[in-house]
Amino acid sequence: MPTTAKKLVSALALGTFATTAACGGTDAATEDIELRMSVWTSNEDQLALFDSIADAYIADHPEITSITFESLPFEEYNTTLTTQIAGGNAPDLAWMGDLSADLIDSGALVPLTDALEGTEGWDYGDLLPSVTGEFSRDGELYAYPFSNSPFALYVNTDLLAEAGQTFDPAGLTWDKVSEIGAAVHDATGKGGFVVNDFNYSSWNTLATIWTGFGATAWDTDGTECGFTSPEMTEAFTFLHKAIYTDESMPGPGTTADFFAGDAAFAVAQVSRAGNLDGSFAYDIAPLPAGPAGDYSVIGQAGMGVLASSPNAEAATGFLAYLTNPENAAQLAQYFPPPRQSLLTGEALAANNEKFTAEQLQTVVVDQIADAVTLPNHTNPAEIAQKAKTELDAMWAPDADIPGVLASVCSAVDPLLVAK
Amino acid sequence: MGRADAATGYLFIAPQLVGVLVFVIVPVGLAIWYSLNDWNIFTGQLTYVGGGNYQAALDDPALPSVLGATAVFSGGVVALNIVLGLALAVMLNRRFKGAVLFRTLFFSPVVVSVVAWTLVWGFLLQDNGGVNGVLALVGVDGPNWLQNGPTAMVAVTFTQVVRSVGINMVLFLAALQGVPGELYEAARLDGADPRRIFFRITLPLISPTLLLTAIITIVGALQSFAQIAVLTEGGPGLSTTVLVYYVFQQAFSFNDIGYGSTLALMLLTFVMVLTVIQWQLRRKWVFYED
Repeated sequence: MPTTAKKLVSALALGTFATTAACGGTDAATEDIELRMSVWTSNEDQLALFDSIADAYIADHPEITSITFESLPFEEYNTTLTTQIAGGNAPDLAWMGDLSADLIDSGALVPLTDALEGTEGWDYGDLLPSVTGEFSRDGELYAYPFSNSPFALYVNTDLLAEAGQTFDPAGLTWDKVSEIGAAVHDATGKGGFVVNDFNYSSWNTLATIWTGFGATAWDTDGTECGFTSPEMTEAFTFLHKAIYTDESMPGPGTTADFFAGDAAFAVAQVSRAGNLDGSFAYDIAPLPAGPAGDYSVIGQAGMGVLASSPNAEAATGFLAYLTNPENAAQLAQYFPPPRQSLLTGEALAANNEKFTAEQLQTVVVDQIADAVTLPNHTNPAEIAQKAKTELDAMWAPDADIPGVLASVCSAVDPLLVAK
Repeated sequence: MGRADAATGYLFIAPQLVGVLVFVIVPVGLAIWYSLNDWNIFTGQLTYVGGGNYQAALDDPALPSVLGATAVFSGGVVALNIVLGLALAVMLNRRFKGAVLFRTLFFSPVVVSVVAWTLVWGFLLQDNGGVNGVLALVGVDGPNWLQNGPTAMVAVTFTQVVRSVGINMVLFLAALQGVPGELYEAARLDGADPRRIFFRITLPLISPTLLLTAIITIVGALQSFAQIAVLTEGGPGLSTTVLVYYVFQQAFSFNDIGYGSTLALMLLTFVMVLTVIQWQLRRKWVFYED
């Protein structure tokens, strides 16, 4: 349990940083190089794949003696990584999610564009423009977007049948999902629709709904709060009505796990399909249309090289190998790839037991090109916490929706600066 | 004392001194230094800002709410912990069948992992959880405990008290068993009623233990972190964001080590001031036989 004393001990541990962090940037060693990459997966198959690619690279590069993939718990990944960076113990390479904006803006990542374009056979032009934006600044790529998993609508067709409801993905709207969800809740007592990982805390996941209403958390520059827009007000009015009037969405403090059969619909990434254990019949569809029409949202993860690494050049070389077309094809069996050449329903279905090639074509391949990403910004944790603190007032039957949204903007406005 | 004796003495206290130096003095010194700087964790740049972080604390609109929540939580935990601990000790200080079982029962939460304990209570306190299920059996429509401010504060206070009251109970039990039986006998012969015996004999004689439990309970309450982190994440709003959780957020979630260190020093100051005040007040209410 972190106590004051432990905080101070942590501070002591971080204290070595000031003298060590400035030492990186160039390759200090030309032999006996040991590379370390922080990842958040603990999946043995995925780690085995990474190890096999690393072994093949080491065989051709005798100056590198080892490449270690350090698996950190996802929940504490950002905190652990930043503590490692601050403590002068940063990995050479790292996976990154919403920490990418801070890492890029502070110059903590090695620019990759020249290195990747200069690698024979890497085929930089194969990368989809829609997936590189989040990890780029001024046309320079700082992290390879290895995972681009669209959010989709999972459907428990058993629950729908139990409630006498049917599901037609063609022309599906959020209003229809809420209507069916309410009917399922009335008939079975189970939840209507849930947004996976939201838990009335991670509000950024609600972008999978408000994007369909034409709303954004902030403008493209990241300087102007979007929570007071009419579109956002309409989106939260829909959610509030779904929770407290229609009861199609389980309220706060109510556990409803779609993958345990507790809800009719769930918004979740396609990569969560592994949680389907066959205990109920299911279907999957692209996100329903909102008042603003059809849309798609992806959650991304990138991998980059830390500028503080004494072996940054060697690490960049390994990253180029790890992500070349051949190895990217291997990674694609677990992570929807950023390469157009690999994005076909049939290719994705080759290693996917849960969905058909046609389903994957519809919910993955057809979505990625025009997808938007979940809201991300520099200082993501503080923005997330400040907005959550205000949004907590939204989750009450008599909430003042426009008032709460205005308070969100008041809280996050000071933190919104140009990316 | 000879030089050899002094050297032996210093050798005996050396491990403790080294521990205090490494784990208390140096970190506090570093925290003071960090509080005077703005530290960009990603670039490693340390910029001297003087009293900037202290001014930021004065200007922080969230801090009054955080200090308020800290006072309510700590006050509630301390009051309930001492009163309940003493009440349990008095009840279980008698000889009756099952006394040992009850002592074990009330003490057992102390040895349970705080995170595991809190996770279980997190499920029980859900809107459709076990607590409301039990309340429904007796016709009570329980609140959504963790979703509105006052009940969330009650929930985190309750889980903390139930988990830690066993320590105070054991300390009070030990103290109660040290009170000479002849004093009670004499009081009863003089016609004192149980209430008078408790306040005139028991309480004064266990007052050193009362002082000890008051100090460790206050310090423990001010440092309670896991209950807040697991049960409420400081919410809803800022209603259960206590100072130590706020320190964690600033330093390790928002990567603002300078401001986090400033707040950590504020917490350290609170703990020290409260401890010194109690230590000074002991002369007025603590009874020492010798």
